[in-house]
Amino acid sequence: MSTLVAYETGSPQPMRSGPGKRSSPLHWRWSDRLALAFAWIAGLGLCAIAAAIALYMGYRGIQYLRPNLLFSRPQVSLSQAGSGGFLDPMAGTLLLCAIGITLAVPVAVGSAVWIAEYGRPAWLARIVESSIEIVAGTPDIVIAVFGLALFQLPLFAPFSFTASGGGVFGRSFIAAGAMMSLIALPPMFVATRDGLQAVPAHMREAAFALGKTRIATIRRVLLPSVRSNMAAGVTLGVSRIIGDTAIVVLLLGGTPRLESQGSVPGLGLLRGTGSTLTSYVYENSPAGEGGAPQKAYAAAVVLMLFVLGLNLIVDRIGRSSAQTTGRTVTGGVL
Amino acid sequence: MLEGLRNPWPDHRAERTLGAVSLLVGVVVVAMVVFVAIQAWPAFAHNGLSWLGSGGSLEQQISSMQATSVRPPASAYHLRAWPLIYGTLITTLAAVVLGLAISVLSSIFIVELAPARLRGIAIPVIRLLASVPSVVYGLIGILVLVPFVGNHVISPGEKVAVQNTVELTGAGLGVAIVILTVMITPIMIALICEALSSVPNSWREGAIALGVNPVRAMLAVTLRAARPAIVAAAVLATARALGEAIMISMVSGSRDFAPRLGDGLTVLFEPLRTLASAIVDYHEGVGAPALKSTLYAFALLLLFSAFVLSVAGYLIKLPLRRYQVRG
Repeated sequence: MSTLVAYETGSPQPMRSGPGKRSSPLHWRWSDRLALAFAWIAGLGLCAIAAAIALYMGYRGIQYLRPNLLFSRPQVSLSQAGSGGFLDPMAGTLLLCAIGITLAVPVAVGSAVWIAEYGRPAWLARIVESSIEIVAGTPDIVIAVFGLALFQLPLFAPFSFTASGGGVFGRSFIAAGAMMSLIALPPMFVATRDGLQAVPAHMREAAFALGKTRIATIRRVLLPSVRSNMAAGVTLGVSRIIGDTAIVVLLLGGTPRLESQGSVPGLGLLRGTGSTLTSYVYENSPAGEGGAPQKAYAAAVVLMLFVLGLNLIVDRIGRSSAQTTGRTVTGGVL
Repeated sequence: MLEGLRNPWPDHRAERTLGAVSLLVGVVVVAMVVFVAIQAWPAFAHNGLSWLGSGGSLEQQISSMQATSVRPPASAYHLRAWPLIYGTLITTLAAVVLGLAISVLSSIFIVELAPARLRGIAIPVIRLLASVPSVVYGLIGILVLVPFVGNHVISPGEKVAVQNTVELTGAGLGVAIVILTVMITPIMIALICEALSSVPNSWREGAIALGVNPVRAMLAVTLRAARPAIVAAAVLATARALGEAIMISMVSGSRDFAPRLGDGLTVLFEPLRTLASAIVDYHEGVGAPALKSTLYAFALLLLFSAFVLSVAGYLIKLPLRRYQVRG
């Protein structure tokens, strides 16, 4: 007791708490100061670039985006005033998303469940995981030319536009949608698998103790508990599909309007050709054939709004899931 | 049919069904390699390994391919793809090196330096950069950056100096590298940030207790511990940069020209084409078998590089797993 009092009152110079003089960057080595400065410049610079892109696109959107562009169909015209809007490309984007997601969800969820819950034999599981990793690493342009080779086979002729001479074109919504499912698959697989692996083991054990089989456990207990992970994965997949251009340019035929093939109403549309917002932007930019930069800007703004909306959805799902389960859906800081 | 689905499945049948579904992706990967390789075979068979070399004008070689009919003679397959390979390598290398420096610095900024409020802004902003579609980057490049570079950055003297070989419009190597860097940096930041924040805090605190300043502790301890993740991020970004087709095709000037490093700074304004953007630029010519086979050969080369990078990424992540750091 007495020593403590002596320490508190009797020491001639009170001990300084907190950082000493080293805390001021002015006294650091010049290399450290340089690193500090560059780190601030890099971080703020990236934010500035993002802000510049957002502001510039916003400005162009206010300048060129008119409601009638959203509700009118594209026309073939030489002037920007007469070339119509982009109703068809928007419908094309939605249709392609629907096809791609419908094809990708069963495969992604099925393989994630198999990897996380069964995964035997181990070598087979490893093959499956690495082939999904390879698909994730393959450039979209390679996937697009693969789709072109695949759907030009006579076997797949019913799925695409066929020329009058019998030549298979290999370009249709089905062809593009099937390839889109490949680029949407990896994020969905990873989100679902990570979710399943993070489910605590006692949930499975409780289900087994109640006499449920493995597959019943998966369907009634595990899949419902990773619903938010799957939702985040699907949203990421959708944003990949919406943003992809190479597959659309090569596989969708590049007709400004949705052109049906054949007389069956639904199937004709799927077999037909069309365009999406991304290919519309590409074709109307100076890189494509139509020099209609105003239309390209307007469509690009709509595209950005779609992507922003999807980002917000992922954010929302992530936040609500982190609140209830204490873990993030997509994993990672960003 | 529906009755069967509603009744509980036998476990072994469920396992086999799910296993078969999982194998589908493997089948697709094998099919992809086989299909692309079969289509690419004639191009390699007629040229041998000198296909990868340089020689002659690529533009002439490709236009003579487009001129051939349905049954091309063997001479129609003649091509020397070096300018495209060179263009791919130089854009990728420059963008990855630049992007690596920027992303390491901004990861330090996000994890260590930024005040909490600024970090709350920076993270969604960088995520936004990652999700902007490549065609939007290309549009901004071709309508904003290319005219700006063409009108204000390139001096008339530089245009005159190379006017006998190539015309400088502003579209070219420099703009392509800048936009590619902006596109791949967010991917690297995501991985590096995750690795930096998973290094135990006590390591850095220990260094600070020994009297070094926070930045030096970050550089000497945390960054060093996260080295494998930084390499893994660079590998992933390389894969992304190699395959970027649409944006490069829009802003690179689309000429089969190999930028000459001997031209000094002017090299940044010289047009080029990469393997991926060549596929986009020439895809309408797939009716000519020789050109089609050549385009598939480009795709095969890209697929092969993606394979190699995927294996490299796996090998790099092995030491990461040992430290239980997710990469």
